[in-house]
Amino acid sequence: MNINPLNEVARDLLAQVTGKDGEFEGAYNIRQDAGCAGRRSTENIKIVPHREGKPGIEIHVAPGTDKETVYIPAAVTKGHVNDLTYNDFYIGEGASVIIVAGCGVHTDDDGEAKHNGVHRFFVGKNADVVYEEKHIGAGTGEGKRRIDPVTDIYLDEDAKMTIDTIQISGVDVTDRVTTAALKAQSKLIVRERLLTNETQTAKTRFDVVLEGEDAGCDLVSRSVARGRSRQEFYSRIIGKARCHGHSACDAIIDDEAVVTAAPQLDALNPDAMLIHEAAIGKIAGEQILKLRTLGLTEEEAEAKIVEGFLK
Amino acid sequence: MLELSHVTWVLPEGGTIIDDLSLVIPKGKLSVVTGPNGGGKTTLAKLLAGLIHPTSGRIYFDGRDITDLNITERANLGISYGFQTPVRFKGMTVKGLLDTAAGHTLSFDELCELTGKVGLCTLDYIDRDVDASLSGGEIKRVEIASILARGTDVSIFDEPEAGIDMWSFNGLVDVFKALKEEGKTMMVISHQQRLLDIADEIIVISAGQLRDQGPRDQVLPGLLAGEIAGHCPLGRR
Repeated sequence: MNINPLNEVARDLLAQVTGKDGEFEGAYNIRQDAGCAGRRSTENIKIVPHREGKPGIEIHVAPGTDKETVYIPAAVTKGHVNDLTYNDFYIGEGASVIIVAGCGVHTDDDGEAKHNGVHRFFVGKNADVVYEEKHIGAGTGEGKRRIDPVTDIYLDEDAKMTIDTIQISGVDVTDRVTTAALKAQSKLIVRERLLTNETQTAKTRFDVVLEGEDAGCDLVSRSVARGRSRQEFYSRIIGKARCHGHSACDAIIDDEAVVTAAPQLDALNPDAMLIHEAAIGKIAGEQILKLRTLGLTEEEAEAKIVEGFLK
Repeated sequence: MLELSHVTWVLPEGGTIIDDLSLVIPKGKLSVVTGPNGGGKTTLAKLLAGLIHPTSGRIYFDGRDITDLNITERANLGISYGFQTPVRFKGMTVKGLLDTAAGHTLSFDELCELTGKVGLCTLDYIDRDVDASLSGGEIKRVEIASILARGTDVSIFDEPEAGIDMWSFNGLVDVFKALKEEGKTMMVISHQQRLLDIADEIIVISAGQLRDQGPRDQVLPGLLAGEIAGHCPLGRR
């Protein structure tokens, strides 16, 4: 395995997406411009090359692992890079693990900087996974900054996965697809935050199948669309058993932005309880008024409202 | 001292809500504004806080003409306004709102004092969002706490008792008494006799006009008599 040292741009991007300054404790795999910039396994978390020979890695978390963290950030630091990676996670029974992913794409020229991460999670019985993912775009070039993650999740009985994903600056194009299949008593929780401006576009799609008795999912997407940006939100929850599914899409829209929200619920069992809430609108005028009575200007009030909404 | 001079406010679609109203909210006193529903009390509060501007007439604060100042400017001059129907925010915590109101990050002790005054248990509430998950009574207390957090010289409260259960009401009365002792100027819109009972001054507004104003002992008996008689208190003019 070739290890390329981190360059300055990557170091900065990774600090922003992981909150770490190039040094990671525990297990990690750092990806830079489609290559590897560092890898470490631990006793409980083994990181190995992808078995099918695809670009990417497999992360094996031993059964019973107790609250360990693994970092798998990626950086694309220049234009004309199209990074495609396949990362498969095998989470052993009863393990609890925090996965800090995240990606930064940077271009200072007219070439596209693109990261396309295909992630599959095989989560064992009673395991508990927290997946944190922050996406940013940077650089002054005309080239597009693009991140198109695909996430496929398989939750075994009583497993739980919490996804916390945020993309609030600099990514020009994103097309996110998340699918999940849930066995009995397993739970999926998703918190997605998105902000687009200028001519950025963001498309996000969730497809969740609640297969087992008492499986449950809670999808909450909050977004802000400004400038001439466009956002599309699609969600589909299929309840095949007695189960509980909830999705909510809340968008603040301004300027000439366009937001589409299309939730779909499919109940294939009379005991499937499925709910969707969607709201798209400008910042409520009375919220601005209230904050102005506390001494904020109109601009400060708007910034405060958006900051809270996307926190 | 807040003063309205011949203020009229007409709805954009027509209809006079405040009709040539002149009155003085005396400095350092608790003035309770009362009167029938739809009489213009909330409009009066919004005119003072700058949420709406008079169609004609002037508004003065300590002698300064503030008619053309906006909401933010009036807030920064030291006028606070508690909404009758508090605003809900997705994603803003009780602590976040109170920090914003105070203009700095409140210490835990400061938060305890503020939330304690309005009868909220600090630990249960500071990290909760000021959203639809709060009951009407809870959010009303947060609203009052946001005014207390500002600590300004002038505070306007619009029906602070709405949604507050009778057990907590004593605490609220104590809050207003304490502000009185600190020499703060307060205008409280209320129909509650227990707030009328601690007023220095009572102002009766009806049909957008001043029906009566004076010290509590002078105005209250007439109000109560009017209530027994079952008609609106018209009082003296």
